[in-house]
Amino acid sequence: MTTEAFDKQTATEIIQGFEARAEMLVQILHEFIARFGWISEAAIRQLAEELNLSRAEVHGVVSYYHDFRTEPPGQHIVKICAAEACQAMGSRELSVHAQESLGVTMHSSNIDITLEPVYCLGNCACSPAIMVDGKTYGRVSPDRFDTIVASFEGSD
Amino acid sequence: MARTTIYVPRETAAVSVGADEVAIEIARQAKSLGEDIELIRNGSWGATWLEPLVEVVVDDARIAYGNVEATDVSELFAAGFLTGAEHERCLGPTTEIPYLLNQDRWTFWRCGLIAPLSIDDFRAHQGFNAFEKAVDMGADAVIEAVKSSGLRGRGGAGFPAGIKWQTAASATGDQKYIACNADEGDSGTFSDRILMESDPLCLVEGMMIAGLAVGASRGYIYLRSEYPLTHSILSRAIETARESGWLGENIQGSGFNFDIELHLGAGSYVCGEETAMLESLEGKQGIVRYKPPLPAIEGLFGKPTVVNNVVTLASVPNIINLGADKYTSFGVNRSTGTLAFQLAGNIKHGGLVEKGFGITLRELIEDWGGGTESGRPVKAVQVGGPLGAYIPAEQLDTPLDYEAFIEIGAMVGHGGIVVFDETADMAQQARFAMEFCAIESCGKCTPCRIGSTRGVEVIDRMVAGVEREDNYDLLVELCDTMEDASLCAMGGMTPFPVRSVLRYFAEDFSSAVGVDE
Repeated sequence: MTTEAFDKQTATEIIQGFEARAEMLVQILHEFIARFGWISEAAIRQLAEELNLSRAEVHGVVSYYHDFRTEPPGQHIVKICAAEACQAMGSRELSVHAQESLGVTMHSSNIDITLEPVYCLGNCACSPAIMVDGKTYGRVSPDRFDTIVASFEGSD
Repeated sequence: MARTTIYVPRETAAVSVGADEVAIEIARQAKSLGEDIELIRNGSWGATWLEPLVEVVVDDARIAYGNVEATDVSELFAAGFLTGAEHERCLGPTTEIPYLLNQDRWTFWRCGLIAPLSIDDFRAHQGFNAFEKAVDMGADAVIEAVKSSGLRGRGGAGFPAGIKWQTAASATGDQKYIACNADEGDSGTFSDRILMESDPLCLVEGMMIAGLAVGASRGYIYLRSEYPLTHSILSRAIETARESGWLGENIQGSGFNFDIELHLGAGSYVCGEETAMLESLEGKQGIVRYKPPLPAIEGLFGKPTVVNNVVTLASVPNIINLGADKYTSFGVNRSTGTLAFQLAGNIKHGGLVEKGFGITLRELIEDWGGGTESGRPVKAVQVGGPLGAYIPAEQLDTPLDYEAFIEIGAMVGHGGIVVFDETADMAQQARFAMEFCAIESCGKCTPCRIGSTRGVEVIDRMVAGVEREDNYDLLVELCDTMEDASLCAMGGMTPFPVRSVLRYFAEDFSSAVGVDE
């Protein structure tokens, strides 16, 4: 995942791309995540100012949604589906394997990897499923997990 | 030599098991062999267990090859798959695959069949015919048709769509909206996704008809962010419709204006609840609203809004095209028409099966699903997502019918069927129901926000064998409170799976090593 450092000018351009409509806040935050990787305090201040909202309102929205991380993620984001259909096919065991294999605990990051649970990728007929940097994989055995992750690490 | 048409799905499940790599490999090898092919990326037929499902057009028939891997491609070329040759991956004509042959495809009939982003292909398969017919019929007749079809909300709640439309149509407002709920968050469900990836213009047409019926000129689709491929396909479909004059001002000279804005959710399950979704569409935290007022009267930005699920809206074009009578010829009792059941979890033949209501769980799981993937006996089946009850194997003969399911304390919901084999620890599943509610609660009402966390703690004590009987009583009482006093289905229905485990799988609580017993 290639992201860039937060930049006020780029942020303004993104906000203007949505005509600075306050009701587009969730959509704007998605763009911020795509560009900058995470939502910084500076980003929150700027959003409040340019959308004419209070910082509390923006902070409330940022903290409400799982997608809007407020810390820089690792180079790659690995999400393991932890919902029922995947549980029925061994996602709990896959999560244990992933943590051991990556050396990262769930909900945490190192420089390379951020590891998170996700509650359903809609790939429930190919359970267990994972998502790496926005790409969904199905029928993921522990071996296949290692192969998929290695292919991303090799691409840096 | 004539050009050969090959279909390789571009749909999340197929791509998740290698369809892109297969497509690239087919194109590469055809080029080096000098074969003239046209590669079409279709959607999915819904036989997910056969993905990637590659089809070759031979004498106007589509010959299917299932579970194709990129490494199979050279062998398929060598075997002559461009002429439909026999191969161990060959399944014969797609339309004769038994899994697909015996379905009642009403809403999903174009899925797999057409190129999802081609207006021409859509038009060649009756696309927008229903819209044109609806323009001629007029708003009242359209609402009447939807009412008499008995179509109920396919998102899970099962509220009659026609009545909702009627309410929004009679509400006063200078602006009305159609808000499509595509926040398909229930585990075990993917029918919205398959529809949006395989026949996105069908949803666009359904929304146009809804807009025409209630007098709304703007539509919103609230799509979950966990579906990035869907987002890319759907946004392209909307652009294509706009470019060809099927969205925008004075659509095809009809005098009707309608456009659609696509919004992404941000990982919140409760935003699938209609009022939380409206809050999120307004750019706010996805916190549930009090009802009344109903969204049909005061919805998005305080204006009359029809909130319908993807499948509900996508079922409408054929109701207009083929007639409400035809639709009611499927189904049973007050559950008219078809539902796209989704076979998921520990199942051999997972995928989408659209059938009339009334089919039993056993028929779906055994006849279509082929039993569990592991080959072990079925222990429990969760129907209707994380808020649905766990149904024990002895109740598999229950017909899928909204009311019949309510009678056994379960719900049909969005039609997701998640199968667990005998190794499942049901106490752990009950704990997860509470845990999930604690993670996803919007926090507005106390029973849901606090009750879910207390629920996890009580179950942990039961499993640990601490005062098991007292904690059992406490858990039942907690379930009562959550059910009676929560603001929405999140807290109000989390007790369903928990109670079902207490009722049918109580031994799983006591099988754990007790501390004080």
